[in-house]
Amino acid sequence: MHILANPARFLKIARPLTPWLGWGGGGLTLLGLCTGLLFAPPDYLQGDSVRIIYLHVPTAWLGMAGWAGIAIASLMQIVWRHPLAAIAARAVALPGAVFTAICLASGSLWGRPTWGTYWQWDGRMTSMLVLLFLYVGYIALADADRERGGEGRITAIYGLVGAINLPIIHYSVLWWRTLHQGQSLGLGSSKIDSSMLWPLLTSALGFSLLFGAIVLMRMRTMLARQKVEARLRRMAA
Amino acid sequence: MKAKNQRLVLLILAIVAVLGAVLLAMSALRQQAAYFYAPSDVAAAGAPLDRAVRIGGMVRPHSIKRDPDGVTIYFLVGDETANVIRVRYRGIVPDLFRENSGVVAEGRFQPGGLFVASEILAKHDENYRPPVLDAGKGEHKSSSLK
Repeated sequence: MHILANPARFLKIARPLTPWLGWGGGGLTLLGLCTGLLFAPPDYLQGDSVRIIYLHVPTAWLGMAGWAGIAIASLMQIVWRHPLAAIAARAVALPGAVFTAICLASGSLWGRPTWGTYWQWDGRMTSMLVLLFLYVGYIALADADRERGGEGRITAIYGLVGAINLPIIHYSVLWWRTLHQGQSLGLGSSKIDSSMLWPLLTSALGFSLLFGAIVLMRMRTMLARQKVEARLRRMAA
Repeated sequence: MKAKNQRLVLLILAIVAVLGAVLLAMSALRQQAAYFYAPSDVAAAGAPLDRAVRIGGMVRPHSIKRDPDGVTIYFLVGDETANVIRVRYRGIVPDLFRENSGVVAEGRFQPGGLFVASEILAKHDENYRPPVLDAGKGEHKSSSLK
């Protein structure tokens, strides 16, 4: 990680990596969604409405993985003062919030035909909504901190503390009785038939690569903006 | 100790403390955060008559009875234990509501023990598979209420 401490070196890797992640992710997402929506079998119980899974589950994973990334970057920022950590965390926040919102919206649309409701305040749904609010708070806090010219310590602490919500989301369906069903995928075990699992994993990998491409693009934009601001300050002086 | 290591140790201690506090709080919330009561909870604590509650469990096989009016149904909700709750509901049920399948009902207990539901939600389990592999005649099997 310390190899990437130098922004110039980071950019040298990030610049060629971005199109690979972007196009690769776009292609895999398209493949996963097409096989899922058009060719995978319907569910024995839910029929065709199960196809929302190919969007819902990858976005849920990435919404949570995004905050895990924010927490790790915040840790690196506080402990090692890694110069790119704050930028990485800020770059993750917006796509993380968008993916969480897509997860909530698609889940709501899935809930109507299966459970018979768009929204209920059960443990899983509530904790996922809290994650969205955490993201919105993070973005507001990071922006305010940046405008004030702060080094982002408070934002980093918020990012770490917010990670508490991740185990709560994960275990909500185990700890509490919920309307949401339990987890289908564990390490080495799947309760999803392989004809549906492969499109799901393809789509999840594709969305992950896309997520990575978005984060890299946002990091490069932020670094470029920093450079411009520094130059403007020098010119003004 | 270098400043870097000191920060790391302090931070790890803080994270462990916060995590412990939250896990304690969450385990204490077990009952309160539950989305519905199971029949065995109701049997153990008594049916609350003063407020609207949600109950949930599995619809017992062959327990769905329809009134002659066509829109009122009666069914039994059970769990792993022998306890059951008798539910009455008037209205349209979700497609996934069926015998041997998960259900969550919102409503009020009547003094006689009958639960009058104002809303019925279907709860499905974590298995997804194509219909051809289904040997259970479309019945929805679940081993747990969670």
